[in-house]
Amino acid sequence: MTLHFRALLGATALCSVATFVAADSITIATVNNGDMIRMQGYTDQFTAETGIDVNWVTLEENVLRQRVTTDITTKGGQFDIMTIGMYETPIWGKNGWLVPLNDLSADYDVGDLLPAMAGGLSYDGTLYAAPFYGESSMVMYRTDLMEKAGLTMPEAPTWTFIREAAAKMTDRANDINGICLRGKAGWGEGGAFITAMSNSFGARWFDENWKPQFDTQQWADTVNFFKGMMDESGPTGYATNGFNENLSLFQQGKCGMWIDATVAASFVTGADSTVADSVGFALAPDNGLGKRSNWLWAWALAIPAGTQKEAEAKQFIEWATGKGYIDMVAAKEGWANVPPGARTSLYANPDYQAVPFSKMTLDSILSADPLHPTVDPVPYVGIQFAAIPEFAGIATDVSQEFSNAYAGQQTVEEALAKAQAIATDAMQAAGYN
Amino acid sequence: MARSVTPRRKAMFTIFAWAIGLIIFFPILWTILTSFKTEADAIAYPPKFLFFNWTLENYVVVQERSNYMHYLWNSVVIAGGSTILGIIVAVPAAWSMAFVPSARTKDILMWMLSTKMLPAVGVLYPMYLIFIKLGWLDTKIGLVVVLMLINLPIIIWMLYTYFKEIPGEILEAARMDGASLKEEILYVLTPMAIPGIASTILLNVILAWNESFWTLNLTAANAGPLTAFIASYSSPEGLFYAKLSAASTMAIAPILIMGWFSQKQLVRGLTFGAVK
Repeated sequence: MTLHFRALLGATALCSVATFVAADSITIATVNNGDMIRMQGYTDQFTAETGIDVNWVTLEENVLRQRVTTDITTKGGQFDIMTIGMYETPIWGKNGWLVPLNDLSADYDVGDLLPAMAGGLSYDGTLYAAPFYGESSMVMYRTDLMEKAGLTMPEAPTWTFIREAAAKMTDRANDINGICLRGKAGWGEGGAFITAMSNSFGARWFDENWKPQFDTQQWADTVNFFKGMMDESGPTGYATNGFNENLSLFQQGKCGMWIDATVAASFVTGADSTVADSVGFALAPDNGLGKRSNWLWAWALAIPAGTQKEAEAKQFIEWATGKGYIDMVAAKEGWANVPPGARTSLYANPDYQAVPFSKMTLDSILSADPLHPTVDPVPYVGIQFAAIPEFAGIATDVSQEFSNAYAGQQTVEEALAKAQAIATDAMQAAGYN
Repeated sequence: MARSVTPRRKAMFTIFAWAIGLIIFFPILWTILTSFKTEADAIAYPPKFLFFNWTLENYVVVQERSNYMHYLWNSVVIAGGSTILGIIVAVPAAWSMAFVPSARTKDILMWMLSTKMLPAVGVLYPMYLIFIKLGWLDTKIGLVVVLMLINLPIIIWMLYTYFKEIPGEILEAARMDGASLKEEILYVLTPMAIPGIASTILLNVILAWNESFWTLNLTAANAGPLTAFIASYSSPEGLFYAKLSAASTMAIAPILIMGWFSQKQLVRGLTFGAVK
């Protein structure tokens, strides 16, 4: 054996040792947002209590989706816990890709999870992911600008009121836009907003036979209303604005109203906001048809089937999504910083009730019904999405067409016709009709 | 005959070149500046260029949250390892194509280059399954091999171009003096092609350092390089631009410094053979 060959063998052995992972460690794939980063900061506490080390893999939301989907469909086994949402959970649960969470301890108190959250994270009555935090969407508005416009925001406004208020609050000379909404392409960005909004206009993605519905008057009303209102009172370039862009505008005092995720409430009332003292909240608007335009979402922790560390993973999930974690964060960082929207007991806590946005967050979550999201019946579950594997791809393309219409590159009618064609082709290719 | 250049014309070219350089460098400059801002200043409109509250807070936060040295070491091993392995494979390949060409050599070169035209995601699943079988997921050795393979066409092409510039008679003379094939490549060809090999190495290190598709998709907690480090600060729901900029600055700093010091060799190597 030559010296070179021995050296090569030695190097290979070293690589093998380097990739060895201790038995008492778990790897968690997660997204980069405030609540998740805060949880990572408390991981040492979990390790001290259980002796289990935690390795974090933090990725941007869309990258994370691709990464964990690849791993779970190939049984790669890279992760012991995955952070997934309400869209993936029922689909993956149905496919048998997730470990059922039906044997969590009595202390964990599964019954305390908000029913809307537990329902959205279950398939066939079995919970497959534990909500770390949940959100709906609501109206955040400037109380000072609303007063200046001589209006009073109702607790449950209509779209007509929102449009009128936006027009009155708009002050182009002072760079104030009456309303800021998501127009950015992407199923989780502008796609999520317009889908939730369409529910309140009586529109739906598919009829009961999975036939796409973009050729209906309800969809034309929805997109025309959105574009008309944003052209009148929205910021320049709204077709490319997503959550972050609108958050930035609102925090700098450039939006009269912003309809978006309830988790944004802590940002717009936080230290980085220049308008923190003059923010009010209201339910997402409706059109008097019985459905509001708010969505429902949760970031939840799930265990991929096939992990060798199921018991350790469950221990972590119980710790991170349990009542004890909420109490720990409240004690150290205040009640405004606890992960919201997951547990009933949180909203019964008088300390949390004192947080300005807690009631509206709960009301928004409770008013969302992912099992019956639309005025007319639909064959799918989900409010701002349809929980079928094909949805993400279709909605990304459809939202791109809508964004092009917002930007004036095509008419709304052209965008809807293209959306109908995209969805029809995709659904036929997938064998739905 | 050399064309005469007036001072005015020269000044115009200089200004034009600087303008192009600044436009190309501006995103990097803006990232570096943003890394020293507060999150509020990072999103301020109109944007704040130099007059803001300079702070090192983002770097402190990033250091506390992430083990930078772990990611840096992974990047060094993966970029360095794939480059060394690539050169070992590419030098003999380029030698044979340059000095012992067959009727199909040009076709083979074009075929190799065509593999770069395939979208990486098209082979994600096959690669992932191969990595599972080999036990290479989230290992540095796996990434060294895959990055070597994806950059190999470019390395071979570059070396082939340099080798074509070397007169074959010199190698023939070495053979007549009794040099073996190994000696011919190692002691005659390689020393003469050192500028070309150096620039190929530099370019490959830069490509491997910046590669983000495979390094994100084939790693988890152990082998993630600096691209994974940057990705962990990107967020569609929350304003973390200043921290993301700090992470980006820390990730690009080593390769930026290396590129700065080796720019002469890099330019010389990339323009080698361009003028005959």
